[in-house]
Amino acid sequence: MNKILDLLDPLLILSATLMGVALYLIFIWVPTETNQGAVQRILYFHVPVAWGSMLGIFVVSGSSFMYLLKKNEKWDRLAVASAEVGLIFGGMMLLSGMIWARPVWAVWWTGEAKLTTALILFFIYVAYLMFRSYFPPGAQRQRLAAIIGVIGAIDTPIIYFAANLWSQAPPPLITGPAADAESTLGSDLGTVLLVSTLAFTFLFIFMVQTRYKIRKSEDDVVELKRASSASAMTGVN
Amino acid sequence: MGSLRIIWAIGRKDLLLEIRNKDVVVAVAGFALLVLVIFTFAIDLNQGNAKLVGPGVLWAGIAFAGVTGLNRAFALEVEGDTLEALMLAPISRDLIYLGKALGNFLFIAVAQIIVIPVFAVLFNLVVFRWEMLAISLLTTIGFSAVGTLFAAMSVRVRAREVMLPLLFLPVVTPLLMAAVESTSHMVYGRSWSDMAQWLQLAVAFDVAFVVVSAFIFQHILED
Repeated sequence: MNKILDLLDPLLILSATLMGVALYLIFIWVPTETNQGAVQRILYFHVPVAWGSMLGIFVVSGSSFMYLLKKNEKWDRLAVASAEVGLIFGGMMLLSGMIWARPVWAVWWTGEAKLTTALILFFIYVAYLMFRSYFPPGAQRQRLAAIIGVIGAIDTPIIYFAANLWSQAPPPLITGPAADAESTLGSDLGTVLLVSTLAFTFLFIFMVQTRYKIRKSEDDVVELKRASSASAMTGVN
Repeated sequence: MGSLRIIWAIGRKDLLLEIRNKDVVVAVAGFALLVLVIFTFAIDLNQGNAKLVGPGVLWAGIAFAGVTGLNRAFALEVEGDTLEALMLAPISRDLIYLGKALGNFLFIAVAQIIVIPVFAVLFNLVVFRWEMLAISLLTTIGFSAVGTLFAAMSVRVRAREVMLPLLFLPVVTPLLMAAVESTSHMVYGRSWSDMAQWLQLAVAFDVAFVVVSAFIFQHILED
């Protein structure tokens, strides 16, 4: 029996265990960073979530491209699943980033290149999902959504380059938190970050896999309905 | 030569329609002018801040107004059931795309010929310079390249008017940054070399999206 939400899924168990270990490491084991204080611990959450959202964007563009090439349903399902999960991770990245930026940079938001790029990409994938929900279902919707996925991928380096050029003269900020923290945390930071990133990566894969299965059974329902109405019609004749 | 004539034939068809009913240009120019006028109320304009905010207001206005015009680009074809006819024509799909993009380019360009002088008056800035022509051309090419592609995609979407700006605006953001920043350099009287990087970015954006859109357009029209 292929259940959609399998609570005994090894990926989920692995992710939950690592998440527990990560929480212990983040809040008890790792020493407080001297420059930024306790708030620096957001890093161990922010970076893995940002990584997850990048992974999402990468999978969306890759599978959109594959869908245009092969026209195979499974690529479309993978694209929509990772777009939705990637968007959640993207939202968490923006929020955790802002919560961190406020005490460290004294602003919630700034026109820094990576922030601007992340925000614009977030909007492109909101548009991607909205397009999918507005468009009548069928092969055409999948094709057009795949085109948006590919366009988003082409646009990404241009956005980053533009945002970089645009923010060339920002007010002096405490930039790269990792570079800053190295002085006091050293390899501890890397260890915690690794565990936390692994936990979130497994969570990401688990969520995409679950969403993929839901998508698959949605398609199956449509297919069954079509088959049953077709057989009803032949029965009348 | 043959393909250029096909592109021109499609562009000319849209142009003729436009000359007769003047729908798109009037809508785009009118909308953009309204944005400019509303901003002159919203911002307390004076000699100091006109240069600072002017370029941003101008290009935001043209971008928003451009969307309303692009919405019409394929709507007319669908309403008149002429899209099928266009698809039945024995020409390759990339030429249909380039023809439609040419039409949109001309509409947005003509609207700017109306809007930019009014902008110069309202914001009291000197804009009749070669730099402005270059910026305007590059931005309009990019707008119509991306806009034509997305307009073709959203023509069958319910709530088309909402969908197109949501797709179009984030994707053209880098081009919008390039337009605003180079116009800023221009109104502050800086040289070409100051805005060179931005113009290069705009050129890269235009080349990338004209080529990719023409190539990808066949996937949109096939049924």
